[in-house]
Amino acid sequence: MNSYRDQIVKDIYNKAEEIANKNVKNKQLDRYKWEDKIDDILTSKLLGFPIMLLLLGAIFWITIVGANYPSALLADLLFWIEGQVTKLFFALNSPAWLHGILILGVYKTMAWVISVMLPPMAIFFPLFTLLEDVGYLPRVAFNLDNFFKRAGTNGKQSLAMSMGFGCNAAGIISTRIIESPRERLIAIITNNFVPCNGRFPTLIVLATIFMGGVFDHHFSTLIATAVVVGIVLVGIIITLLVSWVLSRTLLKGVPSSFTLELPPYRKPQLGKVLIRSFLDRTLFVLWRAIIVAAPAGVFVLVFANTDIGDLSLITITANFLDPFATLIGLDGFILLAFILGLPANEIVIPILVMSYLATGAMLEPDSTEALGNILISNGWTWVTALATMLFSLLHFPCGTTLLTIKKETNNLNWTIFAALMPLLIAILLNFIVVQLIYLF
Amino acid sequence: MGLTSQSSGINVLRESFNLNTEKKNPIIALAGNPNTGKSTVFNELTGLKQHTGNWPGKTVTRAQGYYLYHNNKYTVVDLPGTYSLLSNSTEEKISRDFICFAKPDVTLIVTDATNLERNLNLVIQITELTDNVIMCLNFMDEVKKKNFSIDIKGLIKDLGIPVVPTIAREDKGINELEQYIEDIINNNIIIKPEKISYSKKIEDRITKLIPALKKQYVELVNYLNFRWLALRYLEGDNKIFETIDKLKQNLIIQNNNPDVKGEL
Repeated sequence: MNSYRDQIVKDIYNKAEEIANKNVKNKQLDRYKWEDKIDDILTSKLLGFPIMLLLLGAIFWITIVGANYPSALLADLLFWIEGQVTKLFFALNSPAWLHGILILGVYKTMAWVISVMLPPMAIFFPLFTLLEDVGYLPRVAFNLDNFFKRAGTNGKQSLAMSMGFGCNAAGIISTRIIESPRERLIAIITNNFVPCNGRFPTLIVLATIFMGGVFDHHFSTLIATAVVVGIVLVGIIITLLVSWVLSRTLLKGVPSSFTLELPPYRKPQLGKVLIRSFLDRTLFVLWRAIIVAAPAGVFVLVFANTDIGDLSLITITANFLDPFATLIGLDGFILLAFILGLPANEIVIPILVMSYLATGAMLEPDSTEALGNILISNGWTWVTALATMLFSLLHFPCGTTLLTIKKETNNLNWTIFAALMPLLIAILLNFIVVQLIYLF
Repeated sequence: MGLTSQSSGINVLRESFNLNTEKKNPIIALAGNPNTGKSTVFNELTGLKQHTGNWPGKTVTRAQGYYLYHNNKYTVVDLPGTYSLLSNSTEEKISRDFICFAKPDVTLIVTDATNLERNLNLVIQITELTDNVIMCLNFMDEVKKKNFSIDIKGLIKDLGIPVVPTIAREDKGINELEQYIEDIINNNIIIKPEKISYSKKIEDRITKLIPALKKQYVELVNYLNFRWLALRYLEGDNKIFETIDKLKQNLIIQNNNPDVKGEL
């Protein structure tokens, strides 16, 4: 187009080549041999995808196996503290409502969030960061590029998706690496379909209770892992489908070429990975969960204890939602928990448990088993669990993510679209799956 | 008046990048190709914990931090990784505008020693824009592992800038970087990069364009690198001129208004 431009670029590149050739000595041509071999395997058409799933599965498996014990331990500790503080409140003759709000509302919700969420996060994040540090993520992008190209976008979207595993808001910010505005918008809108860490505990806990428990005890962890991997796969498939539809309708265009270099494999820095993933990710996310969960705890407590006639407000609302919720495999309380959980996905399950135990505050759900009992006694089956997991995967981005979308797209319409489109898909898919199950 | 208005002019430019100009810290820009360990160098310098990851394009916005060396405070700005300053992706625009207009006192280019040629493209482009450049030759451990070597003295001679071998992950070479930065700030070292000479048809146009551009931007004659600007003009880069026109307006307002902080 512009011959001057071409000449300028050519002159610069020639100069760089000249200096490099002069000053690099003994460069062997086969110096990347072993890396090339690994790349051939990790990005091969045949093995690339299975290896990716296996790695992902291994991470979830270690997370599920590893999280149970510290979770119970933490819960014991936190609920012991609650007992002590309650004694103190009584000793000081503090009014019952104060104890109710501070301990039964705020503290219990927080203890819940910490004991259920901290262990899986403390295991999942370092493992995931390790993959990132070694240099595996760009290979994932490479493997998925073909799929994304067919969907009309490009493989860099999968890097943003990988970030979305941590937090969708972070994933959406990282779409800035995508140069084409059209593809970037698609990546922003579909990032929600990657379950973020706020939803992982929900998926993992429900899979452990309902899916693992169905079969022989020996295989329960493996089955729970498989279900979580399956849910992630559904998320990826929906991402591709939505990208495909968008790039043929609202965001028409051809995929842009995609130059992502595969960086060299590097020995991960174990110490740094551990510290950084714990401080930057685990504690950061946990803190966010706590500050959102605390006021939500108070809100639900008040909501559950304000009666109109014989029923509490929360029951009236849930009853109102119930007919529709049943159609998509949930119940009124679950749907209400998702709606109230808009500020942060982390608090959906705590809100749900609180509203099930609407007599007051939560029971001590000091183990996944106790949580299972609460859910089962409220009519849950594996179908409810599956429907809840699907809905959690798809429903709508959390408040923070929506704000980030608004900020990054600078467009209210796309933000609203990014909220409503997933909701519609969630309702449709849930309806189809649940009705099919009931049919057979 | 001359000096004051000049420094206040730079401050206006810097403030448009959200840099705090109240404190008179020297400003060090970190540039480099994606995935060369720029964020690691940044963390080693500042002690900040910017998330690092082994994939290109991780730093999408500018991160900013500080460090002390011999009791002097330095501001470090981590620019997004770019392969060049030529085309117009968001990252390239951020990096280029920063070096061009915020005028960092020193620009530190972090390069991947195992991929010298590609990294040199960016080094050459940055030395065209600014003189105070240090090249940080990172991943020297991998050079050793891969059994080749780099003639550092030869590089210094060919580029005309300090070249510091580092292994940023192990904090090796960071002190030397800090020493070079101090020396440059204190004028103990004067850097004159070897400028690339282009093909004759380009050089002829540059010679003719420079006087015309100087006339057009007479208010900014102290801030702009007109040879570089002439190249952008030849390239057909309109965005840079839009930015400059905007800055020109701001500077004119600034200089006609005595009630600004820079003048007080």
